[in-house]
Amino acid sequence: MSDQTIRAPQTVTRTARPRDENEEPYLEVTDLQVQFPTADGMVQAVQGLSYRLPLRRTLAIVGESGSGKSVSSMAVMGLHDTKTARISGSIKVGGREIVGMSEKDLEEFRGADAAMIFQDPQSSLHPYFTIGDQIMESYRAHHNVSKRKAKDRAIEMLDRVGIPNPQRRVSQFPHEFSGGMRQRAMIAMALVNDPKLLIADEPTTALDVTVQAQILDLIADLQRDFGSAVVFITHDLGVVAEIADDILVMYAGNAVEHGPVDKILGRPLHPYSWGLMESIPALTGEPQPLHPIPGAPPSLLAVPSGCPFHPRCEFKDRVAGDLCRTLKPELIPRTIDQGRASRCHLKEPDRVFDTEILPRLP
Amino acid sequence: MLLYILRRVVSAISVVVVTLVASFALFFLAPTDPAGVICGPRCTPERLADIEASLDLDKPAVQQIGLYMKGLVVGRDYTAGGVTTHCPAPCMGYSYTLGQPVTKLLAQAIPVTISIVIGGAVVYLTIGIMAGTIAAQHRGTTLDRITVGSTLIIASFPYFVFALLVALYATFLPESQYTPFLEDPIAWASGLLTAWLCVGVTNAASYTRYSRASMIESLGQDFVRTARSKGITRRRVVYRHGLRAALTPVATIFGIDLAFQLTGAIFTESIFGLPGIGLLTLRAFGQYDLPVLMGGVLVGSAVLVTMNLVVDILYTFLDPRVRLG
Ligand SMILES: Nc1ncnc2c1ncn2[C@@H]1O[C@H](COP(=O)(O)OP(=O)(O)O)[C@@H](O)[C@H]1O
Ligand SMILES: [Mg+2]
Repeated sequence: MSDQTIRAPQTVTRTARPRDENEEPYLEVTDLQVQFPTADGMVQAVQGLSYRLPLRRTLAIVGESGSGKSVSSMAVMGLHDTKTARISGSIKVGGREIVGMSEKDLEEFRGADAAMIFQDPQSSLHPYFTIGDQIMESYRAHHNVSKRKAKDRAIEMLDRVGIPNPQRRVSQFPHEFSGGMRQRAMIAMALVNDPKLLIADEPTTALDVTVQAQILDLIADLQRDFGSAVVFITHDLGVVAEIADDILVMYAGNAVEHGPVDKILGRPLHPYSWGLMESIPALTGEPQPLHPIPGAPPSLLAVPSGCPFHPRCEFKDRVAGDLCRTLKPELIPRTIDQGRASRCHLKEPDRVFDTEILPRLP
Repeated sequence: MLLYILRRVVSAISVVVVTLVASFALFFLAPTDPAGVICGPRCTPERLADIEASLDLDKPAVQQIGLYMKGLVVGRDYTAGGVTTHCPAPCMGYSYTLGQPVTKLLAQAIPVTISIVIGGAVVYLTIGIMAGTIAAQHRGTTLDRITVGSTLIIASFPYFVFALLVALYATFLPESQYTPFLEDPIAWASGLLTAWLCVGVTNAASYTRYSRASMIESLGQDFVRTARSKGITRRRVVYRHGLRAALTPVATIFGIDLAFQLTGAIFTESIFGLPGIGLLTLRAFGQYDLPVLMGGVLVGSAVLVTMNLVVDILYTFLDPRVRLG
C-alpha cells in the first residue's frame, strides 16, 4: 500500500442480500474507458470497466490510490470536462445513457437521479454560503418551489441526517460545523432530491474513527429508507465488510476481482486482493509482520504489458510460459462461487489462497 | 463585529496621529528657512517676523505641535499684519502663497482625488474581473492567450507615458476638468472620464491577471465540483460559486494597492490638470508652502487609512469566516 493503511475486515456482520442475476440494474457500466490526453502522453485512467448495480444494493470499489476509482465514478455523474477527458463505453443510469449526454440533460440528471458525496467535507462545501443555502440550491435546481418551501425541506433533511437543532444550524456557515456534522450536511444535500443512485467517494477517510462509524451507519440507514443504489468508494476493507453487498477491486484502471462481499473477503482469488489483505495491520493479538505489496502502482501513462499487476506479483512464475507478461487476462467468472469473477491466469487460485495465503493472514 | 470595527477605527486614528507627528518633525524642524522663502527677496524684518509668528516658528518645537493639534481640534486665531482672523476647526494653518486657509484648499482638493481614485477603480475592477473571469474559463485557448498577452504589453508601459500619450492623442475624449459632483453630475463625469479611462485601462491589465489566476484556482476547488454535481447551470457554477470565492484574494490585493493608487494620482492630476491633493502638494513642495504640505500629508494618510478600513470592513462581508475576527 502506498500511503494508506487498510483496516482489517471485522467479522462480516452484514449478510449480503441474495443476488438475483435477473434483477434489473439501476446503474449499468459497460466497457467504460476514460483517458486524459496530457503533455506526457495519454493517461489510461479507466480501461474497460463493467459492472451492474440494482436498487437497494451497495457496491464497494476498493484499490490503492490512483487505481481509477474516483475517475470512473465521476464519469457516472457526467462530471468530466469533455474538453480534457475522452470517455467511451456505456453508462446507463435508470435506462438513460450518460456517455455523450448533452450538458443540458446532464444538468437535469445530476443531483436529481444521481448524487455524489466527497472525501473532504471541509473543502467540498462552499465556505461563503450557509449550509441551508447550499442545500436549498440543490433542491431548487430540480424543484420549482419557493425559498420558504426549500428552506423547510433543508431543515427536514438536516434533521433526517441527525443534525441537532436544524432550525438554527440551517443558517450557519460550514466553518461553524464540525467535520462529522459537515459530512452529514453533505449527505443531506446529496439526498435532498431523493436520488436513486448515491456515490460516496471515500466519505469517511477525512474523519475521526468514531465519527466514521456514525457516518457509515447513517448511509446504511438512509439507503434502507430511500431504497437507492449506493456506490461506496473506500480503501478500508473493514468498512467494506460492514456496508457493502458487492465488492469491486480495482488495479491500475482495471477491475481485477468482482463479486459478493462475503465470498470475496472470505476467499479472494486475485493476488492483488491477497496483497491488500496481507497489508492490513492486525487489530488484535500478537503484533504480526506486515506484508506490504512490493513495489508501487504503475504509471497510467505506461501501463505494463500483459497483466498490469505482473511486475508486483509473486505468483507470476506459477503460470506457464510468459503469459503474465504478454497477455492481459480477461475478467472471467469463477465457478467456485456464483456471481464472482477475477482477472488472473493462475490455475486453482483457491488452492493457493487456502494453502499459502490464509496461514499468513493476521 | 462592532468591536472589530471600533478596534480598527482606533488603530486608524493612531496611524494618522503618528503620521502627523513624524511629518511635523520632518517639515517644521528641518534646518530650512521657510519663512524667508515665503517672504521672498524683498522682505522686511517686520513681515518676516509676522510670517514666523503665524507659522509658530518662534516657539519651541513641542509647543508648535501642541498648537497645531489644538488648531485641528478646536480651531485657532491668526494674527497677520495686525489683522486677526479666526481659523475654525479643523484648522491646518494658513497658506501664504495661495492666501487661503489650508483646510479650505484641502476641502476643495480631496473630492477631486477621491473621484479619480474611486472612478478609476470602478473601471479597472470591472474590466479586470470580467476579462480575468472569461480568460480563466477559456484557459489555454487563443482567447486566453490574447488576453494574457495584451495585459503584459499594457503592464510593461510606464503609467505616466501612457497617460501622456492619452492626453496628447485622445482628443476625441471630453476635455479634462473638475466640476463638483453636486454642482453638475454630468459635467463631473465627463470632465473626469479621460482620467478614469487612463487609470482604469492601465490597472485593468494587472487586475485581469489577478482575477484570472484567482478564478483558475477557484474553479479547481472541491466546492466547485460539488456545485457541478448538484445539477445547477454552468453559468451559476462559474459566477455564483467560482467567482464568489475568487473575489476575496482580488479584494485583498485591491486593499493594498489603494495606497499606490493614491500616490499615482499625482501623475494623473498633473497630466490632466485636475486640482487634487497630489497637484496641490506638489505645488506646495516647490514653493515651500509648509502648512499646505503638512495638510496634504495628513489628509493623504487619513484618506488612505479610511479607504483601507472600508476595504477591510467590506472584506468581512465577502468572507464570512473573518466576521468573528
Ligand atoms: N484530469 C485528469 N488529468 C489527467 N490525469 C488524471 C485526471 N484525473 C485523474 N487522473 C489520473 O487518473 C488516475 C486515477 O485517478 P483516481 O480515479 O482519482 O484514483 P483513485 O482510485 O485514487 O480515486 C490517477 O493516476 C490520476 O493521476
Ligand atoms: Mg479517489
